[in-house]
Amino acid sequence: MEFFHQPNVDWLGKKWYFLAFSLIFSVSGIISMAAHWSHPVGGRRSPVPLGVDFRGGTQIEVQFKQTPNIEQIRQATATAGIQDASIVNYDIPSHNEVLISLPEQHVESSLDSGREQIKNALTNKFGESSFEIRNVQVVGPTVGRQLEKQATLATLYSLLGMLIYLWFRFQLIYGVAAVIACFHDTLITVGAFALLDSFGIKGMEISLTVIAAILTLVGYSMNDTIVVFDRIRENLRLSRRESLPDVVNRSINQTLSRTVLTSGLTFLTVLSLFVYGGPVLRGFSFALVVGILIGTYSSIAIAAPMLVAYQEWRAGSTKAAALPAAKRSKV
Amino acid sequence: MKKNLKQKVVIIFGVLIVFLYGAFFGFDPPNLSGNDSTLKKLTRHIHLGLDLQGGVHLILQVQVKEAVNTETDNTAARIEQDLKAAKVTYSQVTKPDPARPELIRLEGVSSAQSSAARSVLDNKYSNEYDIAGGGADGSFTVTMKPNIEKALDDRTVQNTIEVIRDRVDTLGVAEPVIQQYGLGDNQILVELPGISDIDRVRTIITSTARLEIHAVEGGPYPDEQAALASVNGNLPSDEQFVHGSASMGNGSDADSVYILKRVAIVAGTDFRSADPGTDQNTGQRTVHFTLTNEAGDKFWEYTSANVGRSMAVVLGGRVKEVANIESAIRDSGEIRGSFSQDEVAILSKMLRTGALPASINYLEDRTVGASLGADSIRQGITAAVVGVLLVMIFMLVYYKGSGINADLALFLNLVILLGFMGFSGATLTLPGIAGVILTIGMGVDSNVLIFERIREEMRAGKAPSAAVDQGFAHAWTTILDTHVTTIVSAAILFLFGSGPVKGFAVTLTFGLAANLFTAVYVSRVIFDMHVNNLKAGEAVSI
Repeated sequence: MEFFHQPNVDWLGKKWYFLAFSLIFSVSGIISMAAHWSHPVGGRRSPVPLGVDFRGGTQIEVQFKQTPNIEQIRQATATAGIQDASIVNYDIPSHNEVLISLPEQHVESSLDSGREQIKNALTNKFGESSFEIRNVQVVGPTVGRQLEKQATLATLYSLLGMLIYLWFRFQLIYGVAAVIACFHDTLITVGAFALLDSFGIKGMEISLTVIAAILTLVGYSMNDTIVVFDRIRENLRLSRRESLPDVVNRSINQTLSRTVLTSGLTFLTVLSLFVYGGPVLRGFSFALVVGILIGTYSSIAIAAPMLVAYQEWRAGSTKAAALPAAKRSKV
Repeated sequence: MKKNLKQKVVIIFGVLIVFLYGAFFGFDPPNLSGNDSTLKKLTRHIHLGLDLQGGVHLILQVQVKEAVNTETDNTAARIEQDLKAAKVTYSQVTKPDPARPELIRLEGVSSAQSSAARSVLDNKYSNEYDIAGGGADGSFTVTMKPNIEKALDDRTVQNTIEVIRDRVDTLGVAEPVIQQYGLGDNQILVELPGISDIDRVRTIITSTARLEIHAVEGGPYPDEQAALASVNGNLPSDEQFVHGSASMGNGSDADSVYILKRVAIVAGTDFRSADPGTDQNTGQRTVHFTLTNEAGDKFWEYTSANVGRSMAVVLGGRVKEVANIESAIRDSGEIRGSFSQDEVAILSKMLRTGALPASINYLEDRTVGASLGADSIRQGITAAVVGVLLVMIFMLVYYKGSGINADLALFLNLVILLGFMGFSGATLTLPGIAGVILTIGMGVDSNVLIFERIREEMRAGKAPSAAVDQGFAHAWTTILDTHVTTIVSAAILFLFGSGPVKGFAVTLTFGLAANLFTAVYVSRVIFDMHVNNLKAGEAVSI
């Protein structure tokens, strides 16, 4: 069985379409992020909807025996004097689950009061045996800020690590192209969270596990890019007469079957995670679902054309055609 | 060639057996006795993360400034003693800024005695404190050196960890995690698997049931005003008001105020043991305590010099009992007071485990109920099984004979990954299960790379064995590069992440490392065996 029999597509000829496609998605992501930024949640500005990990505050997952009535829960908490509680249905309706969130407490010592208050309010209204508290997360402002810093640093370090590795294994321009492609993927994936939010689909939030997904994505997108780059490097060594655009096109075509197969297979596993993995992993698998599609696309449509664009720019500025000939493979 | 292959097959089966053993038993000797189901016995050694088995995850902030405060309080008292001994007169020794507990200020030294005061300070305190001043205004500032303060902070955090560990042990938690967290921010991470009663945990961990014995300078007075009046409105800096309901004298339980010496005679860390009891005559609840040797000597010294005076037992900042010193006491005694039964029980537990050297705040608190954990396990496993089956079926359909090869390699990849987890005792979290699933998706990439390359070589007209050879050789560089980059991002995740995310980084890294072996080595051996068995002119099924 074979999906692609020796494809011969002029990928570089379509670079303007690719550019337009990437721009549309990046820009709509950025606009959504800006929109989210201008509507602070609980007095805190952020470009993307943040999970309780980063946002801070209290989040309680309650499972009821009967179908919960959001309005009654709201009354119960209001009667107990709990301010600003957000109450939403969680997961699939048949699970009878509700997520109750309280905004961040600015005083660290009063962190815990919310949990007790909510528990008491629910007990008073519905009786102790009619619900079960399944998950409680209380995150103070200190930890929220530390995590935010760590997550940003982790993403940047990981991109930097890739850049250095590729610089060492290929050449600086290969590393730069790959890292820009990865950044493009990260931007669009994170933007997708903001985009969903601005279309009114709430609940997809950037949490710690989503950051893990994004870092995985950086590694994954890098994989795809490296496979294409490896082929370009090999082909450049074999046929020195061919022009760079031809070599790049040929390399993409040669690896196309592999790229599509691997992405498809990884996509299958991630999709299974998205469908069966439950609500805890939903944000994580969503990031991967989006990221794998974009990551595959970007290695063909962003990273490789960038090599050609770089060479054309160098040829234009120095009036000398210079191939970014890669170092010889050391392995 | 044939012999070489046999050797490789033996190696592969060896690895398979070792890691199968690891997956099922880890390093523990196999133990299949007991009434649990076979599956439970086999997976007994797999450490489940808090998100899978339920439990409490806490991040605590140790208020190290308090320990510094206590230390400088003691130093201030010692400075006063030393100055008195050296016959230096001064107006007061104070702690001027509550926000800077490391700072002590000596005021009102006459210019004639300035150098005498200086030498007292220099001789005894210059190792641990920076001493400045002594100018015309007759005041000195004594500041704890930053490195001493840092060491004290670290010691306080370490002591707190010890104390919390002792206390948590009384909860009977299997495999609790109690360790320093963050980078020098004096934070502690506490993870208690299988516990969901957060209230009980909090009471036990943060109970600042710090028991101290202070010298009584005056009281009881009905309120602070009366107490202030008794010292003519001027409370000496080494004394303080402490409220309490000690039933001394009139026997009432009403709130009253005492004037106590600021520095404790017996501090919270001086107790060696304590046991609850009941007074046989009065039926009152009592706590019988024993002091450490060093504290016992100090206590002996104090009580022999102060027979007839009274001292107060202070628990959690309140006077619990005031007793007259009838004779010198060395290292054991009994406290009688208005304790509730709970108080006595918690108090003796706290005294046995030692008091916290400083109070702690909660920065983060996550509690996962056991039912949510069970749901997560079910969902994670469903997703994993579905994902693996989809990939395996696809490989069979797309690559036919070679698909079996890839599926065998994937299966071995999974076994090695689980074996790794078993041997290393790494914790499996829900994101960790996701890591296993991703490993399958990304691991199969190596097979795809190789197979596609072999197909290409065959299209170019190479013989089966040469095509296999070339396919592996060319794909190897790419496979190495892709694995390194993914492992780099997983390693960074491991360094920066916490809890569940770390679990993800671990499974992903182990999985990809194992993949290098299965997709390249094992798959190659299977191919070689297949190619050896081909009849002349027959093609590889790919």
